[in-house]
Amino acid sequence: MAVLELQGISKHFGAIEALSQVDFTLDGGEIVGLMGDNGAGKSTLVKIMAGNFPPSAGRMMLEGRPVHFHKPVDARAAGIEVVYQDLALCNNLTASANVFLAREKMRGFGPFRILDDRAMNERARELFAELKSETLPAEKVRLMSGGQRQAVAIARTHLSQAKIVLMDEPTAAISVRQVAEVLDLLRRLREQGMAVVLISHRMPDVFDVADRIVVLRRGHKVADKPIRDSSPEEVTGLITGAIRDA
Amino acid sequence: MARQETSDTVAGGLGRHIKAATEIPFVRRWLAAQPFWVAVAVVLICAVMSWLEPDSFPTRDNFFNITRNFAYIGIMALGMMAVIITGGIDLSVGSVMGLTGIVCGLVLQAGHSWWLAVLAGLGAGALCGLVNGVFVAYVGLPSFVVTLGMLAAARSFAVVLSENKMIYEFGPDGDVFTAIGGGEIAGVSNMVWLLLAMTVVFGFVFRFTRWGRHVYAVGGNEAAARLAGVAVNRIKLQTYTLCALTSAIAAIMVVGWQGSAINALGTGYELRVIASTVIGGANLMGGEGGAFGAFIGATLIEVIRNSLLMAGIDSNWQGAFVGAFIVLAVLLQRIRGSRAD
Repeated sequence: MAVLELQGISKHFGAIEALSQVDFTLDGGEIVGLMGDNGAGKSTLVKIMAGNFPPSAGRMMLEGRPVHFHKPVDARAAGIEVVYQDLALCNNLTASANVFLAREKMRGFGPFRILDDRAMNERARELFAELKSETLPAEKVRLMSGGQRQAVAIARTHLSQAKIVLMDEPTAAISVRQVAEVLDLLRRLREQGMAVVLISHRMPDVFDVADRIVVLRRGHKVADKPIRDSSPEEVTGLITGAIRDA
Repeated sequence: MARQETSDTVAGGLGRHIKAATEIPFVRRWLAAQPFWVAVAVVLICAVMSWLEPDSFPTRDNFFNITRNFAYIGIMALGMMAVIITGGIDLSVGSVMGLTGIVCGLVLQAGHSWWLAVLAGLGAGALCGLVNGVFVAYVGLPSFVVTLGMLAAARSFAVVLSENKMIYEFGPDGDVFTAIGGGEIAGVSNMVWLLLAMTVVFGFVFRFTRWGRHVYAVGGNEAAARLAGVAVNRIKLQTYTLCALTSAIAAIMVVGWQGSAINALGTGYELRVIASTVIGGANLMGGEGGAFGAFIGATLIEVIRNSLLMAGIDSNWQGAFVGAFIVLAVLLQRIRGSRAD
């Protein structure tokens, strides 16, 4: 059974039809590359899954049960986490403070409770170790490389035991060497049975890690096939419209 | 290992905890922090002044005066620190102080008890802070604009309420009220004791509570904090209310000390308060700062002011020095920041 299943999702903004009749399924332990040109509807689709706004039509099923998200918090509670392109981290806080932001571990009793930084650092260290990332829990994010920042953002999703992780352009703003590091992080998530949606413009990255590829063009799904049955040339054609569908 | 032992003796059991939490030796963290160097500057200036003016500077009276004079600025700087850490600013603190003072004076003049005057003062302050906070957090206006408006409005309320008169007949409970702000314990003004206690409390809250962590998160990256689930609007509202409350507390103490309430109380203090926080290491872009910084920043400004007076320099030069120090402090941050990047 699919972890997440979208059926006939449409979204209108006034007269503009951002998505029309899109079906989309996602299984545990797979990485799906979501591609399309600017304005093709990628971010609209992601925002619907993340609970930023509801679809105009269609249904969304999470593990077989219909779900309706009104706020991002609803989606997060259901196990869907988003890692944003601009890396939503607080540079002035440590890596572990970021991982645990708004879900801090506390110690003490009753109303006399203080932050348990030691426990948070230890847990963050474990999470980074699982991701095989050399990120120090007590180091400030300001001092970190792009790859380490991704590890922090991904560790956040890990902490919440997310079932689905939506990655918005994770490799857009980092150096080539760090891209490999981030793609490894995605493979770790897959090994642990999570479903990952990789939204990216970078064809090599998608073909490197994804199991399946979904292409959107002008709000329509024009391809949904295993990556081994496709090629970068075909995907480029699908994105631009040179190939109608596949 | 030797350094770790030092830090443990310095901060007792707390030192061990902080070290474990940050993995950076306590002493080294201190050496990298602006408040530490400001404290060094304070000690140096005091040493030089004691050597230059052995008869007037290092005296009990002068110590009493200096500490009392920075105490109320320091109290306000603690609240300002919270607002500045979130990335905002509160320009209305001086006017809120003026309004609060008048409210306290009027309640006392009407013959009510001292605690009612204190409550009324705190209430007036909190109300100003709530208005600031609602407009900044929920309406989304820039804090600079909102609090500039409050700067004008609160001062105007103070003038209207006082009918532009000084209030000095404090009624039957006036003695208790003036004893609170004007009294002293062990040769140190009550205001100073209050500042010390509040610095400890604020330091604890900033460092060890979830609320404190969220205040820093809002200043570090508001969008990220919101996405993570931090109640950004509520935190902002609370910091502006807290800031106005510290202004109200300062006003209650100062009116008690001076034994009268004038509607001009606190005029221009916003500059001294903001300068204290910035000199003490606050970053006006948000995300950086601490309680001890507010304390030591206020101390430095007053020590310099006092030293200028002692050295026979016209006190009107104070503004030039404070201004230069603000720019210098921000410049230092910029230099340290570029090195860190």
